[in-house]
Amino acid sequence: MNVLAQSHGRLTLPGENLLDIRNLCVFFRGDSGWLQMLKDVSLTVKPGEVVGLVGESGCGKSLTALSVLNLLPLRGCRRTGQILFEGEDLVPVSESGMRAIRGRRIGMIFQEPMSALDPVFTVGTQISETVLAHLNVSRKEADERTVEALANVGIASPRNVAAMYPMSLSGGMRQRVMIAIALICEPRLLIADEPTTALDVTIQAQIMDLLLELGSRTGIAILFITHNLGLVAESCSRMLTMYAGEIVEDGPVQDILARPLHPYTAGLLGSLPHRQARKSRLSSIPGRVPSITEMPSGCRFGPRCSYAEPECNAPQSLLPLGARHVRCRRHETLSLAGSGHE
Amino acid sequence: MNKALPAKPILEVNDLDIVFTLRRNQKVRAVDRVSFSVREGETFGIIGESGSGKSTVGRCIVCMNPPSHGTVRHYGEDLFALPERELRRRRRAFQIVFQDPNAALDPRMTLVESVREPLDVAGIGTAKERESKALAMLERVAMAPELAWRYPHEISGGQKQRANIARALMLEPKLIVCDEVVAALDVSIQADMLNLFADLQREFNLTYVFISHDLRVVAHVSDRVAVMYFGKIVELGAAGEIMEAPLHPYTQALMSAEPEPVPVEQRNRKRIVLKGEIPSALNPPSGCRFHTRCPRAQSECMAREPEWRELTPGRFVACHFAEAPNSRSATDHRTGAPISAGHTHSHAGSMSTKAAPHGESFREEAT
Repeated sequence: MNVLAQSHGRLTLPGENLLDIRNLCVFFRGDSGWLQMLKDVSLTVKPGEVVGLVGESGCGKSLTALSVLNLLPLRGCRRTGQILFEGEDLVPVSESGMRAIRGRRIGMIFQEPMSALDPVFTVGTQISETVLAHLNVSRKEADERTVEALANVGIASPRNVAAMYPMSLSGGMRQRVMIAIALICEPRLLIADEPTTALDVTIQAQIMDLLLELGSRTGIAILFITHNLGLVAESCSRMLTMYAGEIVEDGPVQDILARPLHPYTAGLLGSLPHRQARKSRLSSIPGRVPSITEMPSGCRFGPRCSYAEPECNAPQSLLPLGARHVRCRRHETLSLAGSGHE
Repeated sequence: MNKALPAKPILEVNDLDIVFTLRRNQKVRAVDRVSFSVREGETFGIIGESGSGKSTVGRCIVCMNPPSHGTVRHYGEDLFALPERELRRRRRAFQIVFQDPNAALDPRMTLVESVREPLDVAGIGTAKERESKALAMLERVAMAPELAWRYPHEISGGQKQRANIARALMLEPKLIVCDEVVAALDVSIQADMLNLFADLQREFNLTYVFISHDLRVVAHVSDRVAVMYFGKIVELGAAGEIMEAPLHPYTQALMSAEPEPVPVEQRNRKRIVLKGEIPSALNPPSGCRFHTRCPRAQSECMAREPEWRELTPGRFVACHFAEAPNSRSATDHRTGAPISAGHTHSHAGSMSTKAAPHGESFREEAT
């Protein structure tokens, strides 16, 4: 299976980052000037690593993923910073250059498996299309690879399924097809944006198992975007929390769950119902995310933070702490509860 | 909460079938022989995946669709037997809040208009009284007063759901069916909303039927829980008992599939990953509906449908092998089960001797 990996232009050295996003900012044109949607997002993914990016709706996690592949609108949108993939900066790469990367070197799975598949083409056509676009193979070989790819994602009768239209497949099956498309050219990085959110929990468990198993078998790195902290806890080695277009915390998953350093991460963990405390009052985060036009100049979480001090009104930087990072000047004095229980 | 008292049932569902007719006269049995009762003041949870029939049951409870067979009694009375006009009047006491806060509000009405509407339809009070009542209710659900004259597109999903709750409360209902009310909301908003539901229950002495696919949410709010699979209730009992020691293999799989956001050393559950998906409703499996995916299925399960049995008082299950000593509880090594059962079942012993014919259809792993 790894024959293809050698044909990639440049391979990363051990220990080097496969994906290294540095100070990525994304702006959208508004009625009165540019609006900053992402602010100084920096994150790294090492080869073979599974990294979780968590946050609530509108925090910019999907936008980060779309920026990496430059799937943003062509007009009225601007990116600054660097997106280094296998050492090459993707920000200045042209649209035709990106087409050679998308699906080939970076795969992507979207949340909604129905709208991501074209209803008027068979599943097989949509998978082999990717192969034909990227690899110099005959149609016959592309078809064979398609059947093989469907078998690899656990579809029992791949030849039959290849001839079906998306509407005759269940949500779980469609998501398997999406995974087959994303992985067929053996990319080194897979961006999975809420891949199981539209699915039932028992199907979610199947799809997550499949993704992680394929990931470890082929050595593919996964940037896993989700709002589900449970999934991150069980599948990722490192996680990043985003809030209002910024990374607020970054570190090994186990450390963050046991002792979060940012009040927002702690708030997210605390608001989940717990099996051990049925019917108890849940803690919640007061207020709501500030709108993009009224973003505070200081800590963006400040207006909702119960630990905020006047000094928090100054801009906060992402502070390095060994393997972790946190955007909170009070992290040393706060002792925040994790999701663990005594 | 003090639920030990024999509170009278507000709702009794008996042998309920709901059958939908599709094209070419194909029948789909969305709900199949479902029985349960809900006591006044309690929160009755219904868990199930998509297509399990949980929402169809919910809609039947508030008299939105009639039973095809069996009865639904509210305070001992069959409302469906009443004339249409009377049914409409009487079902006011049973309200429903839906999942999608956007779709539930008319985009051309301000929030206060939407909340007032039930009173307009019912013709209660003067226009002025109705409006002040709507405003008071919006305030009660912690909605900022200045939002009352806004349109749905101007406010967030959480705020919309508050308006929907306010509207459901306007006709002073006894029972509210909450159908996936927090599924569309972010976790921090979800926590707020669940707290609000608890407060309102105390204040208005409400009974809830809380429908969700989210085990964690249902377990948190409910006194008793019913687990639905493919149109049937497979297990029913006190929420705490079901969470601690689920008896039905489907409940066990469902619980083990729910990822836990806790550090790895505190993750003491076994994962049961079910193979396959919910079968087609047009072509239901024979015998036990779950046997196609069940890790413990035997030939018995294909041949004969399991009875709905009360294993211990208040604890119902539909599985031939519910009391098998080696039943794999998702939490058994924490609670130290084997689950003690009131009676032994003649098939219980067969688990250890027969090789499960579907043994290859599941995988189990410790996480």
